[in-house]
Amino acid sequence: MTENRKNKTNVIVVGGGPAGISAAVTVARAGFQVVVIERGSFSGAKNVFGGAIYAQPTREIFPDFEKTAPLERQNIEHRFAILGESDSTTVSYRSNSETPVSYSVIRGKFDRWMADEAQKEGVILVEETVVRSLITENGKVVGVKTELEDFYSDIVILADGVNSLLAKQIGLRKELKPKDVALSVKEVIKLDREKINERFLINDNEGCIYQLFGGPMLGKLGLGFIYTNKESVSIGLGITLDELNTSGLKPYELLEGLKTHPTLAPLIKDGEVLEYSAHLIPEGGYKSIPKLYASGVMVIGDAGMLVNNLHWEGTNLAMISGKIAGETAILALGKKDFSEKMMSRYKKKLSKTFVLKDMYSYRSLMEVMHKKKGVFMDVYFRKINAFFEMFTSVNGIPKRTLYRKFIFDFCKERGFFGLISDFAGIIKLLWEVLVK
Amino acid sequence: MDLDKNLSTLKYSPDEKSHLTPCDGDCRNCKHKPCINTCPAGVYEWLEEEQKLLVKHENCLECGACRIVCEKKSLKWEYPKGTKGVTFKCG
Repeated sequence: MTENRKNKTNVIVVGGGPAGISAAVTVARAGFQVVVIERGSFSGAKNVFGGAIYAQPTREIFPDFEKTAPLERQNIEHRFAILGESDSTTVSYRSNSETPVSYSVIRGKFDRWMADEAQKEGVILVEETVVRSLITENGKVVGVKTELEDFYSDIVILADGVNSLLAKQIGLRKELKPKDVALSVKEVIKLDREKINERFLINDNEGCIYQLFGGPMLGKLGLGFIYTNKESVSIGLGITLDELNTSGLKPYELLEGLKTHPTLAPLIKDGEVLEYSAHLIPEGGYKSIPKLYASGVMVIGDAGMLVNNLHWEGTNLAMISGKIAGETAILALGKKDFSEKMMSRYKKKLSKTFVLKDMYSYRSLMEVMHKKKGVFMDVYFRKINAFFEMFTSVNGIPKRTLYRKFIFDFCKERGFFGLISDFAGIIKLLWEVLVK
Repeated sequence: MDLDKNLSTLKYSPDEKSHLTPCDGDCRNCKHKPCINTCPAGVYEWLEEEQKLLVKHENCLECGACRIVCEKKSLKWEYPKGTKGVTFKCG
């Protein structure tokens, strides 16, 4: 019955971000018709991230992207900074290797570039159009309802982002819980290229990433970040919604706390705010992943909660889940089989890749961190800074006295059972990551 | 931080009709009103006299945080029309 409808295509992708475009271009390359429906006035118009895109996974979608994509800087340095109230300890890894790992990008430019490239390969992009609901028939998703008209397809791929109202509509997803999402707020701050190079100790086209722990978020499930663009710096943070709820803190006040921290303030001094933005990040981890398929439909990217928060990875999981959903769609179209069983191949294939393997490895991370945040993200961060304060102090007190006092204070603060429980938490996480 | 100044960095094309519709009765009975505090754009304000939420939907960043924290789950939240709402130039 659906065969003779007008407005009928092979695949409809809802959402023109990295996941949606990756899925669409994969399908188009096999010669099938694919339409991407994007609610913004261009791809990227409604998207926000830290952020960096990763070279290897992006090459899997666009092998020559480095030649034409609007890239800002190639990240050569990662700094992990543990911020106390006014002090900090930073560990830094720098590599001037020839093989790029990640690039900072401006999503408004990069997502648009991806969409343009996909259109060159036959993808049809419909912008400024909101899909309001999915059309189902006999338990199969057969199309989408937009504000203006209905569109039909053999397969619908949901890349409609973290809120994915559509996956919720068809019962694949339950309502998100405040503990499973982080609110991210960010400012892009304009700074001269030379100033960025000097302040971050990098050359033109080289980038530096700060991953920030503590500071205004000591004891809370929140982390901050800084990314360098060509002529701007992105500074922001993500904090779980339940944390915002219970603490009564406003997200932009936390960001102000980060910007004025003595360690970070000199990096962005005299900069002008180009853009303020906010977005939700799916941070619930493996256990929050919804059912990713049903008859005629697959869920990819943020809509599928596919984010590895510990490693700050998201766009790569989005792209690869999109690619695999696209490959599954090609197989299904070839066999004219759009059953749930056929769509389940997407999940099966995804679980053999780093996407679900990594998320599985860290499946207890958020649970442990929710329980232990007051310790791991407060006491331990403070102690690291306290150790270096002691180590660098010159005050006439013999070192042995200082060391003993440090260890005594630490043990006293955590207590015997506290230390055992901390250790057990770490062992549980390590066991799951390394063994099973 | 000056939130209004920060919001002025954004490109908006506001719709006349709000895409955010709280349920007045539920809001009156909601003790914490977490939407007010959580919103990164300060969209919500409680009007004590009128006993209802003021919704400055034109400032909305479309993140969805208010929808998730709404204790009564009664906030009607939808995306603005295709041509409306916020546009992030950087993102």
